[in-house]
Amino acid sequence: MTISYKAVLALFALALALAGCGGNGGSPTDVVLVTHDSFVVPKSVRQEFERKTGLRWKILQSGDAGEALTRALLTAGNPEGDVFFGVDNNLLSRAVAGKVFDTYTPPALKQVDSAYDLDSKHHVVPVDHSEVCVVYDRSWFASRHVAPPRHLTDLALPRYRGLTVVENPATSTPGLAFMLATIARLGESSWKGYWQKLRANGVLVTDGWEEAYNARFTAGSPSGKSPIVVSYSTDPAAAVYFADRKLSRSPVGVVRDTCFRQVEFAGVLRGARNPSGARKLIDFMLGRRFQAGMPLTMFVLPTRRAVPLPPVFTRFAPAISHPLELPAAEIGANRDHWVKEWTDTVIH
Amino acid sequence: MDRHRDPLSARAWRAAAFGIPLAFLLFFFLFPLAKIVARGLGSGGGESAWSVLTDASTRDVLWFTIWQAFASTALTVVVALPAAYVLGRYAFPGRSVVRAVVTVPFVLPTVVVALAFLAILPQGLQRGWAAILVAHVFFNVAVVVRVVGTFWARLDPRVTDAAATLGAGPWRRFREVTLPLLAPALTAAAAIVFLFSFTSFGIVLILGGPSYSTLETEIYDQAVRVFDLRAAAVLSLVQLLCVGLAVATTTRLEGRLAVRGQLRAEHDVLRRPRTLGERVVVVASLGGLALFLGLPLAALVERSLAVGGGHNLDAYRALMQPTASLLATPWEAILNSLVYATAATVIAIAVGGLAAFAIARSRRGRTRALDGLLMLPLGASAVMLGFGFVITFDRSPIDFRSAPWIVPVAQALVAIPFVVRIVVPTLRAIDERQREAAALLGAPPSRVWREIDLPIAVRALAVAAGFAFAISLGEFGATVFLARPDRPTLPVAIFRFLSRPGELNAAEADALAVVLMALTALAVFLVERIRVRRLGWF
Repeated sequence: MTISYKAVLALFALALALAGCGGNGGSPTDVVLVTHDSFVVPKSVRQEFERKTGLRWKILQSGDAGEALTRALLTAGNPEGDVFFGVDNNLLSRAVAGKVFDTYTPPALKQVDSAYDLDSKHHVVPVDHSEVCVVYDRSWFASRHVAPPRHLTDLALPRYRGLTVVENPATSTPGLAFMLATIARLGESSWKGYWQKLRANGVLVTDGWEEAYNARFTAGSPSGKSPIVVSYSTDPAAAVYFADRKLSRSPVGVVRDTCFRQVEFAGVLRGARNPSGARKLIDFMLGRRFQAGMPLTMFVLPTRRAVPLPPVFTRFAPAISHPLELPAAEIGANRDHWVKEWTDTVIH
Repeated sequence: MDRHRDPLSARAWRAAAFGIPLAFLLFFFLFPLAKIVARGLGSGGGESAWSVLTDASTRDVLWFTIWQAFASTALTVVVALPAAYVLGRYAFPGRSVVRAVVTVPFVLPTVVVALAFLAILPQGLQRGWAAILVAHVFFNVAVVVRVVGTFWARLDPRVTDAAATLGAGPWRRFREVTLPLLAPALTAAAAIVFLFSFTSFGIVLILGGPSYSTLETEIYDQAVRVFDLRAAAVLSLVQLLCVGLAVATTTRLEGRLAVRGQLRAEHDVLRRPRTLGERVVVVASLGGLALFLGLPLAALVERSLAVGGGHNLDAYRALMQPTASLLATPWEAILNSLVYATAATVIAIAVGGLAAFAIARSRRGRTRALDGLLMLPLGASAVMLGFGFVITFDRSPIDFRSAPWIVPVAQALVAIPFVVRIVVPTLRAIDERQREAAALLGAPPSRVWREIDLPIAVRALAVAAGFAFAISLGEFGATVFLARPDRPTLPVAIFRFLSRPGELNAAEADALAVVLMALTALAVFLVERIRVRRLGWF
């Protein structure tokens, strides 16, 4: 193999030429959804939107929920697309303060359960919700004849010593939700005392959900050692749906007393190139078809009323009717110093 | 016809060799990075820049970042040298297989490797600085084995033989003859390992646990979690300063250490192990390394097969099916990765190759500066660079944010330093007398370059191409930011699977990681097979 420098130069010229083309701005026939990594939509649902509106639906994923929001904040006013989906109630205040969104009140909002409609000015509208809960490995407890935990405070009992994994609220969305759950349940005065007890009881902290669930949790990894983990109320359904065999009972159980509500919102990006297309997409995301498809693709639950759930959900995932909640404004005002206090209590 | 080419074209050629890499780096690296740092420093809220700098926790983070990077580098060199020696001195069956396989850990996504380590490390050792160091060695051993091993295989063995004749023992021969000759390649490899360890992210997050952080993880937290862009910008500047210092030191060292001597063809140097002792050395060095690298990799393979209570190929079969976890069918990610990595390799070899020639041929300050500048992307915060891309290439005519070619360009930024590191020491070691002799015989500079430098460089370029391809295949930090969701690469797809619950998702992630391993090994192996015919000088 010999390379002449002409070939090298030619290749570079080619690279530069390629640099000249490309770069899609998104024309009025496109509508671009900016979202996080966890967003999935089935092809058929995507095609239905395109058929109905004559628009091409493009998707741009930009990292996890935190990264995607940071990107949206950095590009506020000159956004990368038309609609942003994926900001949750814990970070909503930051997005609104960063002037990421234009307001829009879609007609379909009337069909949405008002419990999720947390932004009265409608910069954003609620698209899905999920509950962050403590979940456990059923067979681990059954085979040892130990009763699984039933309440938040149980986790501090000697019986569950060294069995629990939680995510760091400074770096993980479910971790943050669980910290907020302890504040919502135990109150401003005693939540830190609870965490001190958890720490003394050998709680393991990971930086991300991936490590907690896929490496530490006994039902998530053969080498896992912890049968209790902070995750989602839909996990029992996911564990059945993504199992290699047919299961008649989910291997994962949920401690209902620990669940904290997470709502994910979508809004029209300020400075969108196709604002009318953006509004159509938001209408569609609140529509029956999209809402009914979300459980089996993103493992989140619809905010629209009376949307039937897939059988694997009705059969295996418990409905959490009264999860713990905190007002979005209170979270916005206190989040950062709570996280700092948590770090001082649990890590240092 | 070369004889008729006038000297101007030689000068133009030299200007291009210097200017094109510089322009590439300024436009695709320094420009976006400067923009995001300026934006961060100018943003309101949060602490002042000075209080971030003087904060006690900043000092702790900086101290840990520095010492763990030094320790990781030293350990990596110690672990890798025996294998580099064996590969640089002995011919044996399967030698190129060994060189290919050793590269595999280097390209695996850190989160996959960290999870594999958790599966095999004993409970007590899973968390803390020791686990971080071991994982850094695991990742980076390939750099030292390959860069030093390749260079070692070109050193004339007669020099050490002569020292032996004069009565020098093996240790003294190594210390006083071999080590000085190896020094440039060793410095180059150590510099790369240092930068990688210095900016380590996924390993520190998972194997360090929440109580360990490096500058890189701290920048990420400030930028993404706290959204304190000013703190992130200040820390990025601190990081860049450290990296700049490290780079300046090593490029200076490397230039000073270069020993001009006759490099020889590999087949003249390598010989079969003759005595029993030599065979034991070969088997022991390679066996030890195989055990160290093989255990976590074997754990990964095992996990990809463990589905539904038994061992089977279900996860691999599932790769052919559409999945609810991804906007593309998993096997398409394999295809995307190959296309992106090929493009990135072409760019990296073109830009990095040009730079290497400019750097090796001149000792002037400006080429040394170019050398250092090209190394910087290895030490810059991936997340800040990603955000920089987003706010820089956002307006016509440079609205590249969603252009597909931006992915290989970003991957090439990471691969170029490797091309330069691998090619420059080889070029520098070319005996100037060869060039002088050619010039004396009437060859114009362009011809000297083509007839002398290039044939020698081709082998090094081939090695560099293998590395560049492997790095692009495994690149995650920038790719996840820029790749379109319907065109995910292998590491991106692996990450998507890992971020969902369910047995099959975890197994498909492991299966894709095994595919990534296999592709890397195959690619590097094929590049190794490229036989260079024109080695007539040796």
